[in-house]
Amino acid sequence: MTDSGDRTIRVPVLARVEGEGALDLIIRGDRIEQLQLRIFEPPRLFEKLLEGRPYTDVPDIVARICGICPVAYQMSAVHAIEQVFQLNPGPWVREMRRLMYCGEWIESHALHVHLLALPDFLGADNVIELAERYPDEVRRGLHLQGLGNRLLRLVGGRSVHPVSTCIGGLSHAPTPAEIAALLDEFRQALPMAEALLAWTASLDLPDEQQDFTSVALRHPDEYPMNEGRLVSSAGLDIPIQAYQDHFREYQVPHSTALQSSLDGQPYLVGPLARINLNLDRLPQDLQQQVAACGITFPSRNMFHSLTARAIEVVYAMGEAIRIMAAYQLPDSSRVDVTPRAGIGFGCTEAPRGILWHTYELDADGQVQAATIVPPTSQNQARIEDDLRNSLTAYGLHRSDDELRKHGETVIRNYDPCISCSTHFLKIKVGRE
Amino acid sequence: MKPKVAVHKFASCDGCQLAFLNAGEALLTLASLVDLVHFPEAGPVAPDIKVDIAFVEGSITTPEDLERLMRVRENSAYLITIGACATAGGLQALRNFAVAEDWMAAVYASPEYIQTLATSTPVREHVKVDLELWGCPVSGEQVLRAVRELLFGVVPQQEADKVCLECKRQQQVCVMVTRQLPCMGPVTRTGCGAICPRVGRDCYACFGPAENANTEALAQRLEGFGLLPAAIAQRFLFINSQAPEFLAAGQRWKTDPTELS
Repeated sequence: MTDSGDRTIRVPVLARVEGEGALDLIIRGDRIEQLQLRIFEPPRLFEKLLEGRPYTDVPDIVARICGICPVAYQMSAVHAIEQVFQLNPGPWVREMRRLMYCGEWIESHALHVHLLALPDFLGADNVIELAERYPDEVRRGLHLQGLGNRLLRLVGGRSVHPVSTCIGGLSHAPTPAEIAALLDEFRQALPMAEALLAWTASLDLPDEQQDFTSVALRHPDEYPMNEGRLVSSAGLDIPIQAYQDHFREYQVPHSTALQSSLDGQPYLVGPLARINLNLDRLPQDLQQQVAACGITFPSRNMFHSLTARAIEVVYAMGEAIRIMAAYQLPDSSRVDVTPRAGIGFGCTEAPRGILWHTYELDADGQVQAATIVPPTSQNQARIEDDLRNSLTAYGLHRSDDELRKHGETVIRNYDPCISCSTHFLKIKVGRE
Repeated sequence: MKPKVAVHKFASCDGCQLAFLNAGEALLTLASLVDLVHFPEAGPVAPDIKVDIAFVEGSITTPEDLERLMRVRENSAYLITIGACATAGGLQALRNFAVAEDWMAAVYASPEYIQTLATSTPVREHVKVDLELWGCPVSGEQVLRAVRELLFGVVPQQEADKVCLECKRQQQVCVMVTRQLPCMGPVTRTGCGAICPRVGRDCYACFGPAENANTEALAQRLEGFGLLPAAIAQRFLFINSQAPEFLAAGQRWKTDPTELS
């Protein structure tokens, strides 16, 4: 217990998040006077360095925005550029891109759940310590993460910054024998993913109900990855081209990142938002597993993001199995490309939520202008809102260390990928 | 006492740290061999502790990062850069060819809030580096092998061969000879396993220059394929633009060489 005077709590380096950030908190009596999620990540100015590059360089460039979700950046980019070129690469490419996304969701979610988030909920400092107490569960998680990476290696050449994605399709087609071998391992591992889902749902997580608007893609008949309309839990339903009519990015001097708002309000993107809006798009048997897991979705408890990720691991495993089981060698892994001038839009579901791109190209397909809105920048305002609510509900009278730990848990729960530094910056904050 | 290891991050995508985080069982083995005292993405935070081995990811782009790098060097017996950003400035070093203020003003409404240097520079421009691991990203094998070699007390060995040699070892048909693709393999360091030619495309030099890279011969070959000088320059000025061999070749072809004579 501390006295009711002014207190300043600083978390100088946030651990177990991707990229570097910090949290500053000033408490006056029983209320939060100031709360800042600061991002150290220096700007890398990707939107500018894309200008003047040929369209063929774009998938290799945007992958470098994030080492954990390079496929997402490649997918939003190729869809936007193919829209400019009025190009439809056909069903084989569509399925293979979905397959790559499955690999990335599995790899990214398994990494976050086991290495970054679970230590919070099970009282460990990190995954090494967690592995001593939960060796089987951690090894199961690392195995699933490894399978996601192997799927990316098979289709993409490597798991971090895959090399096969191109405008018009894929630079190669994996052999049916390679696909069959991996399919077998995915089938064997599916029960592990299902056990992970049941386990995360059985954990004793904080029970905090919050008001927030979920935003995700929605597709007429599948769980969204590469295609769909933008919908929200508040009734929004727009084509991705209309994004900038409703969403605003803005720079605020007291914050550390460009923030985003939907009709002036913070909003949530990511696994929980996707599940909340697309539960009925999961396969029937997975819907039954979700219904039986003990958590009711849609959920207003942000900590259920953990289980939402596990649900998506099961979904991505099943979807990868479906695609690989039907795999056939195509006549060609890509279609011919004829560049043309124009503006195109791409929005796909990165592991952390919607990732919106737009490109303006000239007649040779050279980039004239690019705008990239990563998911974590969209979640910034929501994270700060959550911290205010969550820390107040937790009790501001608690010790600095307790508040620090709880604050970190709240932030990590969003799996913030601070490296998406197209838009993250360090700001010198002037204080009165 | 186990050797102490730190992993520091500067301007980067975090992809090279995944060499550790994607290692699976090997990560647990590594933790039994060394003491991971500072590795924020994995949990431990102790930025100013003295260590035996420091891994540095990312390039230097802000005044604060430059100061932080100096402290990392002071505290580290053996400093290893991992990846293209730390070793050659990274993709973000393309801003070194532009007027940084213009770019900042174009991206940010209030650029005056942002503290940034005009350039993105490799670690070796500021402090002594004991070992450079090239690659965008480095592989788990590169990083873990370096640790293993240091634990055995030997100087880590690095691949310096060209990607071309790896293609031959893998019996991969040459994409430059058979398909006239503008492959950078003849000047690029291997270590990736020649993945680009193996998935049917041209190498784009993400592992940086190989030893004795004959950039001029390759540039002329690319010109023979019909690439314009500006496009040839872009092939060199990409992910490893601050590597001296690539920087020189790129600068040479940025202006049409025939105009200089």
